[in-house]
Amino acid sequence: MSSGVPTVSELPTAFGAGKPPSAPAVRYDLGVRLRANSEYVAIPIFALLMAALLFAVFLLAIGKSPLEFVDYVWRGGFGTAFSFQNTLQRSSPLILTALALAIPARIGLIMIGAEGALVLGGFAAAAIAVPMVGAIPPVVVIPIMVATALLVGAVWVGIAGYLRYARGVNETISSLLLTYIGIAIMNFFVEGLMRDSSNPNKPSTKPIGDAYMVGHIPGTDVHWGFAVGVVLSISLYILMTRTTFGFAARVTGGNYRAALAQGLPVGKIILSCAMIAGACAGLAGYFEVAAIQGRANASLAAGYGFTGILVSFLARHNPVVIVPVAILFGGLVASGGLIQRRMGLPDATVLVLQGLIFVVLLTSETLYGRLAIFRAGDAKERT
Amino acid sequence: MRSSTVSRRTFLQTAAGGALGVAAGLATTGRALAADLTVGIVYVGAKDDFGWNQAHAVAAAALKLVPGVTVVEEENVPETDACAKTMESMINLDGAGLILATSFGYYTPFVVEEAKKFAKVEFRHAAPLWNKDKDPKNAGSYFGYLNQAHYVDGVAAGLCTKSNKIGFVAAKPIASVLSNINSVLLGARKTNPKAIVQVIFTGDWAMPVREAEAANALVDAGCDVITCHVDSPKVVIETAEKRGVKTCGHNASQAPLAPKGFITGAEYKWSTIYKGYAADLAAGKPLPNFLIGGYESDFVQNTPFGAGATEAAKTGAMAAITDMKNKVPIYVGPLKDNKTGKVVIDKTYGNLDPYLDKMDYLLEGVVGSIT
Repeated sequence: MSSGVPTVSELPTAFGAGKPPSAPAVRYDLGVRLRANSEYVAIPIFALLMAALLFAVFLLAIGKSPLEFVDYVWRGGFGTAFSFQNTLQRSSPLILTALALAIPARIGLIMIGAEGALVLGGFAAAAIAVPMVGAIPPVVVIPIMVATALLVGAVWVGIAGYLRYARGVNETISSLLLTYIGIAIMNFFVEGLMRDSSNPNKPSTKPIGDAYMVGHIPGTDVHWGFAVGVVLSISLYILMTRTTFGFAARVTGGNYRAALAQGLPVGKIILSCAMIAGACAGLAGYFEVAAIQGRANASLAAGYGFTGILVSFLARHNPVVIVPVAILFGGLVASGGLIQRRMGLPDATVLVLQGLIFVVLLTSETLYGRLAIFRAGDAKERT
Repeated sequence: MRSSTVSRRTFLQTAAGGALGVAAGLATTGRALAADLTVGIVYVGAKDDFGWNQAHAVAAAALKLVPGVTVVEEENVPETDACAKTMESMINLDGAGLILATSFGYYTPFVVEEAKKFAKVEFRHAAPLWNKDKDPKNAGSYFGYLNQAHYVDGVAAGLCTKSNKIGFVAAKPIASVLSNINSVLLGARKTNPKAIVQVIFTGDWAMPVREAEAANALVDAGCDVITCHVDSPKVVIETAEKRGVKTCGHNASQAPLAPKGFITGAEYKWSTIYKGYAADLAAGKPLPNFLIGGYESDFVQNTPFGAGATEAAKTGAMAAITDMKNKVPIYVGPLKDNKTGKVVIDKTYGNLDPYLDKMDYLLEGVVGSIT
């Protein structure tokens, strides 16, 4: 950065003469951007460290060693091949549910209905597969299951998007309430019409069978949901930052009235973003059924949709950043067991840490734009 | 300006680097695995839930006292791949040689899959689900016939009730729950032919609000002894105590929750099974794949009598416990159901007879409906 600064004085002449930006100008531009963007890295890291510090105080207060805690998080979540795969596996549904929050958040909507879309998407995938199992080959059934999960998830969160646009209903409330309705719908079918009578004590749909499950990524113990999540994160990042749709979505998020005045199809954009979100969550549900449970039952509502909210906020709704953040959370959850077992701490300990991270992170939002070191203005003042 | 930038950034870098260094340093310090046998126990809820999980945790505490045995426990593990990963973590990181999976939904697919994956580790699951034709030989089931202890509850409750009405808050109308309700009735009728059992189903294993409503409704209907079969009887017992009626417990000891009205309670005694497994492994013997039993095997017990138990109830309950230990049958036919009056139990069945596992009726004398 220091190398870019001395060239600043050349800038006015370069632009003033109406020439195309010269090489030094590009370097200046890069320096400013780096400086400005480093804010988005430094502040969350600072927030994480602050949360860690507060958590250390909490641990000391209950007479436990923070260093021991760090040791177990490392060993339980990252330190061995098993631990790291455990972490990746646990992060898979979080990547997808965090995307479900991040995409609408780019247009300024906080939709927290991923849990419901996950449950219904997973249930629908199982429900459509069960009658076809054995009769139709997996090559045909698996794409149908994926499509069903995507569609059902998209429609479910799409409802909240439509209500937002057409009726002005608060999307946060409606998406949350739709979650409870979604879980109730699944329970209704799983405990009634679609119940597997051979399993009297835990209401579930009939199993889809091993042939119709998706396996692990070769050479690992991590299911395909993780790879799909990573690819989807990158694709959605490109969609939201490098395409006309993404630009229109950002304008809509930045100023709704201006977007309307510009003639942007605001309704379509809102609905599309909501549906993309729902599809991501529905896909998470598909992987829960097809990679893990093998059937749909109440275990689908495991809270991934809600942890995804935390992940997306920590990633500042940036689809690409969601992946490392989800891995961090997956690691915390994965190591939670080891912490319980070795340190004798209750299960809620990891929740305390997650809560602290969330609160500190939201508080740190206020720091953006206030710290002089990140401002390009410093450079301009010198000219 | 620049120097401050550098110093702050350097500070952050140093801090982050330092933290990583500490973590890496700590990671190399291994933990000595001293014990001959490490047992991993997985719970679906909190270990102090006054119910199902606590009953297992009490047994885990007893198992910890056995020399050469290390117990590692994890609570609040959902019935998702989290439980599979927890079991693997116990095996990989703690060196567990025996896994006890205590929640119903852990079995398929998780226990079965893990047992196939780790052929040298023994897996036992707390519900009679193991299938000798299909499931791995290093997996298995254990279960207690708690209805025998509920029968003892019934005997004591029948002798304590003045209104002759015993209230029962039940979760779901599945066989094991129905058998507990019917056993309370038969126990009560043994000593008090006028006793009836009034039942309300809440529809799920943990519904605290509905459980409180049901307990209140039963007291309002005139029941003066309340018992239940839900995952955590805490709410039912506390509500009944507040209403000034007597209570019988379920799963674990709820005696501390009802200092005035507690009579006794039906408790599992998983410690018998867990210590048995540890002893078998220590002796190099194969573990039993399918282990079920009641009082005769010391797999169930009754909570020590509380202040609510009358002398007559204590004497009656002690006699009933002796009966159970001597395998005196509970279901002495013919018995009719409470809906159509049809004979559902045609003859006398032994307490562990598989015929009783298919129970889908409430007996005459129970007020309430399955549907």
